[in-house]
Amino acid sequence: MGWINSLYRSSVGKKSIMAASGMLLSLFLFTHLLGNSVSFMGRDAFNAYAEKLHSMGNLIYIFEIGLLTLFLIHIITGIILYLENLGARPARYSVNTSEGGRSWGSRTMPYTGAIIFVFIIVHLMNFHFTDKSVPVADMVRQLLGRPVLGLFYIFSLLAVVLHLSHGVWSLFQSMGFNHEKFNGLLLKGALVFSILVGLGFILIPVLALFSRSFLL
Amino acid sequence: MSEIRLTLKIWRQQGPDAPGRLETYESGPISTDMSFLEMLDVLNERLTLEGKEPVAFDHDCREGICGMCGAVVNGQPHGPEKETTLCQLHMRHFNNGDTLVIEPFRARAFRIEKDLVVDRSGLDKMITAGGFVSVNTGGAPDANAIPIPQKNAEEAMDAAACIGCGACVAACPNASAMLFVAAKVSHLSLLPQGHPERARRALDMVKEMDELGFGNCSNERECEAACPKGISIRNIARLNREFLKAAIFSNED
Ligand code: HEM
Ligand code: FES
Repeated sequence: MGWINSLYRSSVGKKSIMAASGMLLSLFLFTHLLGNSVSFMGRDAFNAYAEKLHSMGNLIYIFEIGLLTLFLIHIITGIILYLENLGARPARYSVNTSEGGRSWGSRTMPYTGAIIFVFIIVHLMNFHFTDKSVPVADMVRQLLGRPVLGLFYIFSLLAVVLHLSHGVWSLFQSMGFNHEKFNGLLLKGALVFSILVGLGFILIPVLALFSRSFLL
Repeated sequence: MSEIRLTLKIWRQQGPDAPGRLETYESGPISTDMSFLEMLDVLNERLTLEGKEPVAFDHDCREGICGMCGAVVNGQPHGPEKETTLCQLHMRHFNNGDTLVIEPFRARAFRIEKDLVVDRSGLDKMITAGGFVSVNTGGAPDANAIPIPQKNAEEAMDAAACIGCGACVAACPNASAMLFVAAKVSHLSLLPQGHPERARRALDMVKEMDELGFGNCSNERECEAACPKGISIRNIARLNREFLKAAIFSNED
């Protein structure tokens, strides 16, 4: 297992771990969105879907442990990279001008990451470490219908969009994929993916805040 | 020929451990046909006549091929023109009355020697660590004895255009040297002569880069935009590929 150790000690290795964990987290996010979309089909369908998930028992438990591990790997590696990068330029420039390479997403990766981290904790407190006897549809309406919490969800999901707008392209580059023919498509595809996923999620707190009939 | 006058704020620092600060100078009349370095020459002549210490800056060929020159002008390494070294940057790109802040390339791995002169020997150390091919014996082979696809030869040539100036490090928000290392690893891994040491080279050059204290690549793309030779970050993807292949699948350690 020495090779894993030396991989993690190298800069390129850490980035590949960031990329691999980021890719799996993005895939999780996508399936999570597909699951959540059941809520648009109405209260009964959504409750039944949650019921079905919870009845999977050990399978869901294993999945949760895997997800937690992924998050921990991604967050800890991200913090190490951030600190190392700060240390690589102890004296800053007096004038900072972009050469035109950076994007809003790439500039803000550590900050959007931090927002997502806080969000995940709040989100788990809201829906995971809570009284599971209340039907899910009611929980969603009650919690996300509160203006402060609903707006916090929307804000955090916008941070996810920004994080992924850079991240989804970046992960391919980090894993060594950048092809003349496909890079343009990949850049646009990453942007479209992050916006679609973000909007899909954001629709839920928006409906909970403004719709009279959502999940009723 | 027309003339412009500029306000220059130049980083002055006596030595590596001395504190530094920006000093303000009036340029006096500057011909727009001058290069940026000639503009600094004019300033230095005046400073010398006034009995003051001239501004130390690096330069050699002054024709954009040696990689010796380089400073950060208003936050941009080699100034605002695309694919242009500081020595090839002409003063016609500036306007009368402009204020230019001129700073050295900044990175933990680049020690400031004096004023705008930085020690970039870290770049040489990374080349020494693996940026070569070992050909220990034999006569010169016939040209075209080893067939190389035209496309590969061209891509290798594009990567080999790196002049080792360090602008990529200076431009990177993380002071990473990935574009420099990527250019050399790409140049050699695209050619058959580079294949025997391919895995070793990727591992050793990245290791040296990390030990010298350069930052990690965040794919910000600033290096590519700042590079006076227009070297693409596609080379960084190739370096990542070469490194991961070597670290995971090769028998080298
Ligand atoms: C749903 C949750 C998340 C997803 C889907 C996700 C996805 C990604 C992806 C795809 C990348 C790009 C990897 C690469 O450049 O190769 C990335 C980078 C990054 N992530 Fe996340 N991330 C998530 C949460 C977080 C959290 C909670 C943090 C921090 C507390 C974080 C911090 C970072 C940082 C700092 C980077 C940039 C690393 C670098 O380029 O040096 N992320 N993320
Ligand atoms: S002095 Fe040689 S590249 Fe500028």
